[in-house]
Amino acid sequence: MTMIFGVPLAVFMGQLMLGLINGAFYALLSLGLAVIFGLLKIVNFAHGAQYMLGAFAALLGLQYLGLDYWVALLLVPLVVGGLGMLIERFILRRIAHLDHLYGLLLTFGLALIFEGSLINLFGVSGSSYPTPAALQGGVNLGFMFLPTYRAWVLVAALGVCLATWFIIERTRLGAYLRAGTENPALMQAFGVNVPQLITLTYGFGVALAAFAGVLAAPLYPVSPTMGSSLLIVVFAVVVIGGMGSILGAIVTGLAMGLIEGLTKVYYPEAANTVIFLVMVVVLMLRPAGLFGKET
Amino acid sequence: MSDAAEVFTDYQERDGAELLRVSDLHAFYGESHILHGVDFDVKRGELVTLLGRNGAGRSTTLKAIMNMVGRRTGSIMINGAETLGMKPHRIPRLGIGYCPEERGIFSSLDVEENLLLPPTVRSGGMSIDEIYAMFPNLLERRRSQGTRLSGGEQQMLAMARILRTGARLLLLDEITEGLAPVIVQALGEVLVKLKERGMTIVLVEQNFRFAAPLADRHLVMEHGRIIEEIAAAELPSRRDHLNTLLGV
Repeated sequence: MTMIFGVPLAVFMGQLMLGLINGAFYALLSLGLAVIFGLLKIVNFAHGAQYMLGAFAALLGLQYLGLDYWVALLLVPLVVGGLGMLIERFILRRIAHLDHLYGLLLTFGLALIFEGSLINLFGVSGSSYPTPAALQGGVNLGFMFLPTYRAWVLVAALGVCLATWFIIERTRLGAYLRAGTENPALMQAFGVNVPQLITLTYGFGVALAAFAGVLAAPLYPVSPTMGSSLLIVVFAVVVIGGMGSILGAIVTGLAMGLIEGLTKVYYPEAANTVIFLVMVVVLMLRPAGLFGKET
Repeated sequence: MSDAAEVFTDYQERDGAELLRVSDLHAFYGESHILHGVDFDVKRGELVTLLGRNGAGRSTTLKAIMNMVGRRTGSIMINGAETLGMKPHRIPRLGIGYCPEERGIFSSLDVEENLLLPPTVRSGGMSIDEIYAMFPNLLERRRSQGTRLSGGEQQMLAMARILRTGARLLLLDEITEGLAPVIVQALGEVLVKLKERGMTIVLVEQNFRFAAPLADRHLVMEHGRIIEEIAAAELPSRRDHLNTLLGV
């Protein structure tokens, strides 16, 4: 059997695959955070809860309305993103003129409310969401077994990340977003409805989290606390990549997933902390993050 | 809505019709009272300067027209419509282009993205080819990051991008500030061309020698008010008086 530094190839590749899957979720979530932070300057602490709401909405939709996975994948981001737009329009906008720390506190409070309400209703023990029929099974690649659903998650998450990057960096709408991030007052003086742009941006960031939630539902137990544990790691990823950098969020998310996976192979005890170690090192050497601009 | 819009259009197209009327305009930044009852009007096709010392309220007047300051009272009529209650993003859609003193070139956008950024507010704006013909430097550097341009090129870009939008009333704030004489001269030629195209221009200017040959009227501001109006024809006889007012 082929060995890589004393580890069987199949085990090595399997952990790398798991790391890449986790990395895809880190990328999707930190991307949403970066988009929101760019324009609103708010650290969206409700992001984990909104990811959880995505998974929960998919689960409840299946149980009570019979919505299948594919419908949920389209519909849930729209619904949860819509909820996000209401939150921005009626809550965040009212405190937009205050120090951005208040936005952080407010979204943190919202996250606790979402989590607490769902714990009250459904308890903390997770439920499982069935893998959609079309994506069951897997393929033997020779050196490892690749479950179809995991391959799909990777493709879908990366596809959405790249589409988001393209929209922001290469389209007119994205130019509005970048310019609005720099100088919102001047954008208004050009006739751009900046408050509306902010609402849509927050909704889009939240929809990305909800999309990640639906993707995650068949992989991880769906529980009210699934977001809060993940969010801590995602914040570390954002700090490493640099706040507000789109490409940085994507690349760092994937890289950190891989580093975590590799650590699981060679030194499992450190697997849960290795990302924070990287964060500490990056903060000391490049405080603005690997892709951030020094100000 | 459509009827009213047509009336405005007719109204605007008549040369010499009043395009902008500011009456008893007061403006505040937080607690500080900056404008103390500004009154003036600008007719279609005119080029009017706002002169005065630093802090006289000239830039604030332009910002107040764009609803970019804090609280405002009084009246700002554009094309016969009261704009004091309008949201900031509605005002440019009346056909106004604003060029801020700090130029406001976006560093995260390249030159062409900067140029294409402001949405079209009316039909009849200059095409991108016409703009590149007027500002050949921008064509050469269209893929450069916006803020990598020289000061003069950035100023050209800041002007060029509002010409594309179809705006008919341009509010230009200190466009010659800190630029080399040869660039200032080029900007003067641009303003002459814009006037020939029937643009109406309000120019906040420190450089009186630049503004004097271009303007139809000069408005002198002090302490947040217009204290003097001098038509171009009166200029030779009142030059000394004006110099006293401006403290030059």
